[in-house]
Amino acid sequence: MSNKKNWPLWEIFVRSKNGLEHRHFGSLHATDAEMALENARDVYTRRNEGVSIWVVESKHITASNPEHNGELFEPAQDKVYRHPTFYDLPDEVKHM
Amino acid sequence: MKENLYKYILGIADNSLILGQRLGELCGHGPSLETDIACTNISLDLFGQVRSYFQYAAKIAGDDRTEDDIAMLRKEREYFNLLLVEQPNANFAYTIGRQFLFDVYHLAFLSELQKSADLTLSAIANKCVKEVSYHERFSSDWIKRLGDGTKESHQKMQDAINDLWTYTDELFHQTEADITMVSEGIGVDVTKLKEGYYKRVNEILEAATLETPESKYFQKGGKKGMHTEHLGFILSNLQYMQRTYPNMKW
Amino acid sequence: MSEEQIRSLEKQFDERILRDEKIEPKDWMPEKYRKTHIRQMSQHAHSEIVGMLPEGNWISRAPSLRRKVALLAKVQDEAGHGLYLYSACETLGVSRDELYDQLHTGKAKYSSIFNYPTVTWADMGAIGWLVDGAAIINQVPLCNTSYGPYARAMIRVCKEESFHQRQGFEIMLKLANGSPEQKEMAQDALNRWWWPSLMMLGPTDDKSVHTEQSMKWKLKRKTNDELRQQFIDQTVPQANILGLSIPDSDLKWNEERQSYDFGEIDWDEFWQVVKGHGPMNKERMKARVGAWERGEWVRDAAMAHAEKKEERKEKQAV
Repeated sequence: MSNKKNWPLWEIFVRSKNGLEHRHFGSLHATDAEMALENARDVYTRRNEGVSIWVVESKHITASNPEHNGELFEPAQDKVYRHPTFYDLPDEVKHM
Repeated sequence: MKENLYKYILGIADNSLILGQRLGELCGHGPSLETDIACTNISLDLFGQVRSYFQYAAKIAGDDRTEDDIAMLRKEREYFNLLLVEQPNANFAYTIGRQFLFDVYHLAFLSELQKSADLTLSAIANKCVKEVSYHERFSSDWIKRLGDGTKESHQKMQDAINDLWTYTDELFHQTEADITMVSEGIGVDVTKLKEGYYKRVNEILEAATLETPESKYFQKGGKKGMHTEHLGFILSNLQYMQRTYPNMKW
Repeated sequence: MSEEQIRSLEKQFDERILRDEKIEPKDWMPEKYRKTHIRQMSQHAHSEIVGMLPEGNWISRAPSLRRKVALLAKVQDEAGHGLYLYSACETLGVSRDELYDQLHTGKAKYSSIFNYPTVTWADMGAIGWLVDGAAIINQVPLCNTSYGPYARAMIRVCKEESFHQRQGFEIMLKLANGSPEQKEMAQDALNRWWWPSLMMLGPTDDKSVHTEQSMKWKLKRKTNDELRQQFIDQTVPQANILGLSIPDSDLKWNEERQSYDFGEIDWDEFWQVVKGHGPMNKERMKARVGAWERGEWVRDAAMAHAEKKEERKEKQAV
């Protein structure tokens, strides 16, 4: 196997139509951002799936550690007062 | 039948047909999956164009020939594509060089064809110009990558450009059908594209740190049906099924 | 980590999968889960890209422009699917280049059906109809597999592949309803691709090494024999529609089982091909390795150019 530098990995985000957010579609290899955009266009929008593309080199993404999921996310579980169903309203109030 | 219009359309469509065929050969054999997918996309665009042109040509011919008959049942002297597009995929530099030298021309040509007095042709051009503008971006980016990349790639890209250069002058030759079509406001006067073409090509070559070849010796003939030895082999693949099993539906 | 801790983590892990929770790349996972996934996903990816070759072989000779664009698009999809699957592997910390290396040195396997030659146009029909048909049976349940990136890749693959089998069946249908010569071509292709397609669903259950573990991890939802039976049961009626005959004299409807009984599969042939001695194994590898080696200077050049561009940008900024 060659020891030369391989093309880095990029994460691809596609907006499928205006009004929707960019969504993670997958990844691919490219030498730079321009090529990543071109490749993303050819790989991930062959069937008319997109109107806008974002590319981010994978190494620039910082992910939370699942081992910390307890402290990160569980404290939000019992904060029921953040949800509308927490509040009791008489039936006469139909929409609120 | 409008003989000149028919021939004029073949002249345009055959370029896409033969180049599409050449790119199709590469599918599965390119330098990376990403480039394979990209080159196939270009090939698919070109074949899509071919179908639009030949469906129109079949209508003009007015006999019972179909798009496939026109694409696959002519003899070698009856194909009018440029010599440039039939050149082989000797290596990726040739593939990119051929694509680039054609794309710059193709884009300029289609931009003009959009103004054609023939509404079908202008509509086809209108659709294709977007595809080809992407092709041109793709191939000029790759010219820059290979020209500027490594010593080895620079040499390979330069060699390919040097070898293919001899086929560029033909892009601006006119056949009789061309001249008639230009006079009727249907065709594109390719002689007027020449200056802009070499300007754009030089610009990209320079950005790619490549030399513009100085050779003044050019090949011609494709537009009149006189081809390089390569075309016969392309046709033997392209026509194999139609020739071996005549008059069948697929 | 102590062995006891690992056992407890493994237990929690298994329970998560049992609850239909997905496993994501950074989650803790047993080493065996990771290895098995890299093996299966990369095998799958390799199959897609080696699978481009037998069909790619007919792109330049497709009999009509309509068939040509369909075939090109299909082979292109296979490149795309290979790419999605390699990407899924990469989430487990193994690079595409390493995986290629495993393929090129023969350490990794790919679906052995692609080691058969495509000798006539009808083979494009038979591959789409039978090989993609068998592949779909394998792949649809994987859309719900436990490893998130694999499941997501498979959802995309299955969505895109829905035209592949139809494309193949349509080719067969045209041939079967065409001239006697065309019908003969279709029958010949069915004769040659039928048995390899059955083999493609893997060795019989008693010979299959990975089944139990894979079931637990939802890498497999049905056994090879169940999948094979499903494939036969759904394909025989399709062959009847085509008016072609399945090349198996023992094939017959079993009223009691509500399934087809079928003849003995030549497993010697299967193992011969798996071990690298099929008609096209060497050719296929030569093509893949050749493409990779011929492309090296291109990939290096593109990388070098990107680095130079970056340097120039930095210098300008200073």
